[in-house]
Amino acid sequence: MDTYADFMARAYAMELEATERYAQFADQLDTHNNREVAQMFRKLAGVEALHAKRILEEMNWPSMPALPPAFAWETAEGPETAPFDAMHYLMQPFHALEIALKCELQAQKYFEDIAATKAPAAVRKAATEMADEEREHVRLIRDWLKRVPQPKPGWDEDPDPPSVTE
Amino acid sequence: MNAPATAAALVAKDFKSDYKPVWCPGCGDYSVLAAITKALAILGLRPENVAVVSGIGCSSRIPAYTTCYGFHGVHGRALPVATGLKAARPDLTVLVASGDGDGYSIGGNHFLHACRRNVDLTYIVMDNHVYGMTKGQPSPTTEPDWSSKLAPGGTGLREFHPLVIALASGASFVARAFSGDPNGCAQMIAEAVRHPGFSFIEVLSPCVTFRPEQRAWKDAVHAAPVAATDDAARAARRIMTDDGFNLGVLFKGKRAPYQPASGGTQAVAELEAGFRLGSL
Repeated sequence: MDTYADFMARAYAMELEATERYAQFADQLDTHNNREVAQMFRKLAGVEALHAKRILEEMNWPSMPALPPAFAWETAEGPETAPFDAMHYLMQPFHALEIALKCELQAQKYFEDIAATKAPAAVRKAATEMADEEREHVRLIRDWLKRVPQPKPGWDEDPDPPSVTE
Repeated sequence: MNAPATAAALVAKDFKSDYKPVWCPGCGDYSVLAAITKALAILGLRPENVAVVSGIGCSSRIPAYTTCYGFHGVHGRALPVATGLKAARPDLTVLVASGDGDGYSIGGNHFLHACRRNVDLTYIVMDNHVYGMTKGQPSPTTEPDWSSKLAPGGTGLREFHPLVIALASGASFVARAFSGDPNGCAQMIAEAVRHPGFSFIEVLSPCVTFRPEQRAWKDAVHAAPVAATDDAARAARRIMTDDGFNLGVLFKGKRAPYQPASGGTQAVAELEAGFRLGSL
């Protein structure tokens, strides 16, 4: 990580990728008439978009910065990006929050790892702050998870499954 | 880093249309769509300079989901359409999207000859070892012992080996990718597009509805332990003996692509004149 601006561009890319993925998940579930979870993903996309916007404001960037290439991540995708295969058409809000929790934990670790490197002081300071923010998100999602019903066994059983041959 | 630095550059989102995919949530094809759009952004292409051609099947819906020119053709016939298009419009970047049913069964013969011709196309086959759109019939790449209501006890037939067939038929770029790694897949698609000649990428793309056990593919895939070779014999040995989960470019040959000397120079009016009854 060379400079503070590089770091912030990367953080912005991370938030943007997460925003887009949650929005895609919302679209998928809208298509499959799972409105409740679609709405939850839409909400999560909104939260990530706010984080991205805040980075732009903080950096005084009028629009998207020159982003690092998509393959710049150490992992297959950005640390806060949920994988496509996490989805199920019958999933419930609890599952959506589980996905979000996993992503927030990955993001927290990502920033903690940068804060522990020999990067420039400004980068380490920003990474520490962002790790704290992600930690707070983890706490919020854990609280949220307590407020939604836990899925009952067999939640993914469909009396008229799409895989049934007529 | 000074921002903003790349105002004119297109990003992956610019290659996505407003149509929402109707694939099952969890389907690998979402990742492949993401990989294709990322690859096009990486290559610095513009939608109007790219055509995406497909046949029939879940994966063949892809052209509608991009902002590029698209042709959703008939079952198994994506490659002939794409070949004709590239012959007439060599300036276009032509991607062909298919699945294991469309591409290896009804389109199997076209696959052989597309490899043989080595026209500069990029052929992306999303392989999930099943006909998903038509409710789970075994495809050419289905394991012989995969038992289902439509094939109780399995077909008992050995699988088609697309990479070996591609190599033996003359494809000049042979690779395997995994949908669970959209960035790696995007990188590979970009490399395939840059490669002159017929580039074939088999993308392992799980069908979570009919083959839910394929969710475990993410634990089975691994990077190919060796770099790409331009030696077809060596590549053949590697591909014949691999476990089916080796990811990477497995062959990158040097054969010159086939391109007809003259492109499509006839005007539409001239073509129409040839079909007029009075002209016979």
